[in-house]
Amino acid sequence: MKSFSTRHLIGIKNITEDDIQLIFETADNFKEVINRPIKKVPSLRDITVANLFFESSTRTRVSFELAERRLSADIVNFTASSSSVSKGETLLDTVNNILAMKVDMVVMRHPAPGACVYLSRHIPANIINAGDGTHEHPTQALLDAYSIRETLGDIAGRKVAIIGDILHSRVALSNVFCLKKLGARVRVCGPPTLIPKYYSELGVEVSHQVRETLQWCDVANVLRIQLERQDIKYFPSLREYHQYFGITREMLDSLDKEIVVMHPGPINRGVEITSDVADSRQSIILQQVENGVAVRMAVLYLLAGQKSQ
Amino acid sequence: MQAGKNLLARERFSLTIERLCNQLIEDWGDFSNACVIGIQPRGVALSNRIHQRLQELTGNSHIEYGRLDITFYRDDFRMYDTPLTPHPTDMDFLVAGKKVLLVDDVLYTGRTIQAALAALQHYGRPGVVELLVLVDRRFNRHLPIQADYTGLVVDALDEAYVKVHWKEIHGEDEVLLFDKKER
Repeated sequence: MKSFSTRHLIGIKNITEDDIQLIFETADNFKEVINRPIKKVPSLRDITVANLFFESSTRTRVSFELAERRLSADIVNFTASSSSVSKGETLLDTVNNILAMKVDMVVMRHPAPGACVYLSRHIPANIINAGDGTHEHPTQALLDAYSIRETLGDIAGRKVAIIGDILHSRVALSNVFCLKKLGARVRVCGPPTLIPKYYSELGVEVSHQVRETLQWCDVANVLRIQLERQDIKYFPSLREYHQYFGITREMLDSLDKEIVVMHPGPINRGVEITSDVADSRQSIILQQVENGVAVRMAVLYLLAGQKSQ
Repeated sequence: MQAGKNLLARERFSLTIERLCNQLIEDWGDFSNACVIGIQPRGVALSNRIHQRLQELTGNSHIEYGRLDITFYRDDFRMYDTPLTPHPTDMDFLVAGKKVLLVDDVLYTGRTIQAALAALQHYGRPGVVELLVLVDRRFNRHLPIQADYTGLVVDALDEAYVKVHWKEIHGEDEVLLFDKKER
């Protein structure tokens, strides 16, 4: 039997290609489960999972919650706004108090990069990172790669472009690590102010020309402009961003091939992508959401399935 | 590698499968509301043969057939160092009201069958479920589960290990008994 190399899923950087393949193979089985009339298996019936969301989230939280419920785990939900965090409690105290109630796994989203690593050094539960600041969002990268594998058959050798706000995006960083480990060629594209300099050292190409990038790639993963993180002006206006970097129907029609369009959500329609592209046949955005549940079930199953330490 | 004692060699092996099919036809008669379900991974080689032979003998080429993986229903989750590896489930029908023949190679503690019955519930409420196994290790049961159709009864110590080899996988049809399970 294959084993998983880690007790926590902190980032794609820390796991191996074999781990990723094992997650995909396991997710295939769960995809079959969630398409059954009764979409539930009892694997995690003796496990309690705490979902700690210190930052707002819809898709990821619902997806994790569904994945946990479909594996029959008991779950506790926690959001920062309605908790003692607003009374000044530290992260470690909050989590230790929750663990004292016998919780086996923690799924955490936190605005500070590295919050999950910190936690994994201090508490015995398995930790799954559901996004830590601008650092990593591993399950999103896994479901993106899983969706590419499902649509195109294979990832090795494929050309994937990540277009948009790379600077603030944890999805971009995790995607780069994941796709590189699986043998894809990766290019990031966006305004120079939104692409950190270190990206060229990660072994990815950097471009500022959207049309040329779309012509180059097989898959375009379009990222959201993170309006809540624009503390200074990185580009003059949303309208100007759309004119230079927005993906439109005309642009896709002008290519001599049909590419796959992805978006991790939430979409700013009319900014980074127009509605007719987001809702088109080429877009696999809703397929990504469906796969998200299967991939997260696989991650929970594989981490929980190791013998307790 | 230790040499196993051969309990059922090629000729008797195919006779046994033939006998099981004929017994089923005698008991069930009509297969129009029946289905055969093999338990992944090791019950599937047997269920492939049983299903094919039943279709040939009855002349009914539409007996429903599924392969069921029970990994997610097992009760020994978290008892090993590595997670249990699942296998594909291939069931494109519901079992509600149907006569179900559950097929596995070796009936030992009965825990696999318990998990299979739990998994089966998720495909509807079956009319009747019967169990067919090639080998029944009758003195090693942990649960009150018995087979309705048995190819061979083996009385062996708990440490012993019974392995079924298939021509399409291992090159030969045979049932082997080993003194100990190889780690």
